[in-house]
Amino acid sequence: MRQDHLITATQLSRDDIEAVLDRARRIAADPAAFADRHAETVLALCFFEPSTRTKMSFDTAAKRLGADTIDMGTVESSSVTKGESLADTVRVIEGYADAIVLRHPSEGAATLAAEFVDVPVINAGDGAGQHPSQTLLDLYTVRENHGLDGLTVGIMGDLKYGRTVHSLAAALTNFDVNQHFISPDSLRLPRSVRFDLHEAGAQLREHTDLEDVLPELDVLYVTRIQKERFPDENEYHRVAGQYRIDAGTLADAREDLIVMHPLPRVDEIAADVDTSGHARYFEQAHNGVPVRMALLDTLLEGTQ
Amino acid sequence: MSDHELRVSKIRNGTVIDHVEGGQALNVLAILGIDGSEGLGVSIGMNVPSDRLGRKDVVKVEDRELSSSEVDVLSLIAPEATINIIREFDVVEKNRVIRPTHVSGVLSCPNRNCITNAGEPVETEFAVVGNGVRCGYCSTIIRDDIAAHIDV
Repeated sequence: MRQDHLITATQLSRDDIEAVLDRARRIAADPAAFADRHAETVLALCFFEPSTRTKMSFDTAAKRLGADTIDMGTVESSSVTKGESLADTVRVIEGYADAIVLRHPSEGAATLAAEFVDVPVINAGDGAGQHPSQTLLDLYTVRENHGLDGLTVGIMGDLKYGRTVHSLAAALTNFDVNQHFISPDSLRLPRSVRFDLHEAGAQLREHTDLEDVLPELDVLYVTRIQKERFPDENEYHRVAGQYRIDAGTLADAREDLIVMHPLPRVDEIAADVDTSGHARYFEQAHNGVPVRMALLDTLLEGTQ
Repeated sequence: MSDHELRVSKIRNGTVIDHVEGGQALNVLAILGIDGSEGLGVSIGMNVPSDRLGRKDVVKVEDRELSSSEVDVLSLIAPEATINIIREFDVVEKNRVIRPTHVSGVLSCPNRNCITNAGEPVETEFAVVGNGVRCGYCSTIIRDDIAAHIDV
């Protein structure tokens, strides 16, 4: 990877992705070999929105590379409440840290931050925009189970606002993958993501019913449909109910179908899927550490 | 003497922006940042008959020669526009607007959740793509009624 920052999955080539995933595999096989690689490094965790998995796995990844982390804390406890701009915040933090992991509720926040600092910025989620480090661990999980070519992948749920979906769909265009998008009409992929897929030569196959495509799938990537996306709570319950899966739903699936989810799930995947042999979402979450170690190692290597 | 010249007099020196789509003249001035406060003589003809467009607008700016970098952004709302540089009442240069690759600071992003709408110290930046423009920050694509997003 020759970029200074990781802002969007559309910036990633196949070679970039494979290099990070290869490094993650080496790290997973022998984490001790990477333990002191970044002993003098400080990573800033700037989360303007709540996060559990992403923040903790970046924290863990940095520490397992021998680096230290500094945490901005909650927005309520920071100078953001005094009206400080993001541009000022990251310029100050640049003086404290060697790289910045940024989560922000506004789309484009990481792009803006990268314009104001010289240290690497990693987009850990910008509103309904992108979440490229999640995509790397998603691809790692897919690759460890099925490889990354000759696959049929179904992405289901909130495709309009789901940043993990936007990044994953873009990254998958680097591989020989048929992508199917399953969602209610009101939550179809946004125009910008459709544009990128079209530009990348990908064919857009959209469905409102999972059963139309389930038997073909090697991977089913489920995302949460959030209540706040619907003005009417009854409408939310009606729509969300159509995109829940349980072990019975998967009866028509291939035996080696893997079910993934960026987590947290609420009730879109029933607990009986956990033991069905299809579930990979906890493995996926655990892969966040070696993949983010590989990502940090790659980006920090370029600064040394 | 054509109909629009009867309504809007010739200028001695400056720029005539012709073949602007009817109704867009005020947006042309907005994009160019001309609001009268700079003291330039400005004449506008709106919805004058045109063989090519049916109805067109004409904007004449006295004593200022607009460069191509200034006017190319007009192609987003007036793709047929022609730019005539006038010296001593003669047209000394006549150019069509050319679609730029990027537009900085002219449009506002319609995505309310875009970071450019959060009071940050940056200009908007749009890439010109296909038949629209795309926000360089949040990737939102505007295809319809680009003029409605002019923010100057």
